[in-house]
Amino acid sequence: MRAPVGHYPGLKLWTALFFVFLYAPMVVLVGYSFNDNRLAMIWGGFSTRWYTKVFSTSGIAEAALNSLMVAIVATSFATAIAISAALVLVREAKFKGAGPSMALISMPLIVPEIVTAVATLMFFVMLRNWVGFDLGLGNIMIAHSVFCIPFAFMPIRARLQDMDVTLEHAARDLYASAWNAFRHVTLPLLMPGVIAGAMLAFVISFDDFIITQMISGPGTTTLPVYIYSMIRQGVTPEVNAASTILIIVSTVLVTVYWYVSRPKKT
Amino acid sequence: MQRTATSNWLGVAPAWFVIGIFGVLPMFIMLAISFMVQDPYGGVEWGYSHEAYIQFLFEYDLDDSLLFNPIYINIMLRSMGLAAITTVLCLIVGLPVAYFIARQPEEKRNLFMLLVTIPFWTNLLIRTYAWILILTRNGVIDARFQALGFEPGTFDLLYTNEAILIGLVYSYLPFMVLPLYASLEKMDFRLIEAASDLYASKWQAARHVIIPLAKPGIIAGSLLVFIPSIGAFIAPDLLGGGKRLMLGSLIHFQFATARNWPFGAAVSILLMVFVMVALLIYNRANKGQGVAMGGH
Repeated sequence: MRAPVGHYPGLKLWTALFFVFLYAPMVVLVGYSFNDNRLAMIWGGFSTRWYTKVFSTSGIAEAALNSLMVAIVATSFATAIAISAALVLVREAKFKGAGPSMALISMPLIVPEIVTAVATLMFFVMLRNWVGFDLGLGNIMIAHSVFCIPFAFMPIRARLQDMDVTLEHAARDLYASAWNAFRHVTLPLLMPGVIAGAMLAFVISFDDFIITQMISGPGTTTLPVYIYSMIRQGVTPEVNAASTILIIVSTVLVTVYWYVSRPKKT
Repeated sequence: MQRTATSNWLGVAPAWFVIGIFGVLPMFIMLAISFMVQDPYGGVEWGYSHEAYIQFLFEYDLDDSLLFNPIYINIMLRSMGLAAITTVLCLIVGLPVAYFIARQPEEKRNLFMLLVTIPFWTNLLIRTYAWILILTRNGVIDARFQALGFEPGTFDLLYTNEAILIGLVYSYLPFMVLPLYASLEKMDFRLIEAASDLYASKWQAARHVIIPLAKPGIIAGSLLVFIPSIGAFIAPDLLGGGKRLMLGSLIHFQFATARNWPFGAAVSILLMVFVMVALLIYNRANKGQGVAMGGH
């Protein structure tokens, strides 16, 4: 029998190797995090003691708490801003500011992270020196809000584009105020997009390293910045355990996001 | 719902306010700082100077005459070279994968795409760090060589250009696969059947049907890989040993260690120019694509 049209030999193997390449480093890292040996690279039996150690290290707990607070605040701001902008940009075809607004919202995606990092650093240093503006962890929250906006925006916009406006019009026809129509009709329908956008923003904020490292100082260390300072001191089982925890958090969040945002079969 | 121009502007105002003040304004301040005088204690002194841009190309000789200094040009060329090779490697690896996934039944396709996206959302720092475990002396691969009786250190790629390249490809491969998949998924596979019926070989079909149809994905993916690669910091830092090997590490060094703001700002501006040029080429290529499609 002739092979099906459009079939190329080795594609399956190539794809399998691709996934090995993609996942092997993470598997190795997770595996070594359970290595009992103090010398991280030499296998000395299974152990979970490094996890206990990680959780009892005071610096890590504080850094994780900072990361969490930053991510929650940045996600809330970014999501609210994104909803407000998306409602205008998707629905108002005649709005003259649509083009520039889209360009503005996508800007954080286009500028290389290192450039954003140093520009934000100089800006905050100047604000501190000239007008005494320094919010500490708040500075990091502001910076994160900026680059989280496009990530929150994309799923919300996608959901809005698929949404039917007739229900909202019906609510308005039945004398619902603009706010009530939004609160009781639009927002519930928009919720899957909002949840998806918020989760993406959360992961992006929680994982950010370069920008945070540039603008963070003593007392405003986040988890990735803390892990980087550990890595600088060499490969240790503690780093492997802390990294594994972060990998698991991201993987769980993204998988949940995928289930929430997946197009429903009707 | 009736909305006026004013209420429309009110809706996008928070985005303009936050991104405008904390995203765009700092970029313009950075441009200004690149033309100021360095304060050796970090920060800048008021006053115009294009010293930072001269420093990129020249150094001062003992008698204050300018001497061409290739060190930063070399870093720039190395960055562009590594970013270009990364882009090509991602394309070579990613195209067959995206094609394979696009041809799967829907359920499987979604699962594969989830598998492609998970690393994409996993901390880049950690994913790059994991490569140290694999590439280093006494690492996962070297240990296998030692088990076979080779000397320790037979396999030790850490702190080489190859290691940086592996790290970059690994970091940005999903950025290539996602847009490639997006354009191949919409493809009408009957076109390949038609090509085959017209006695096109498999490779002719690939060259004349699949690749042209994947072109928007190829262009978008190349842009998404090239831009972050050229400004990468983590891969050259962790896998290249942080020897100021790429533009990203050079910028980082100016702020973290050398405290030369104007020079760091000038290099950042240069990087932004590259990004702008890449975007312009992208727009041009996309327009060409539109015309070609319209012509059919």
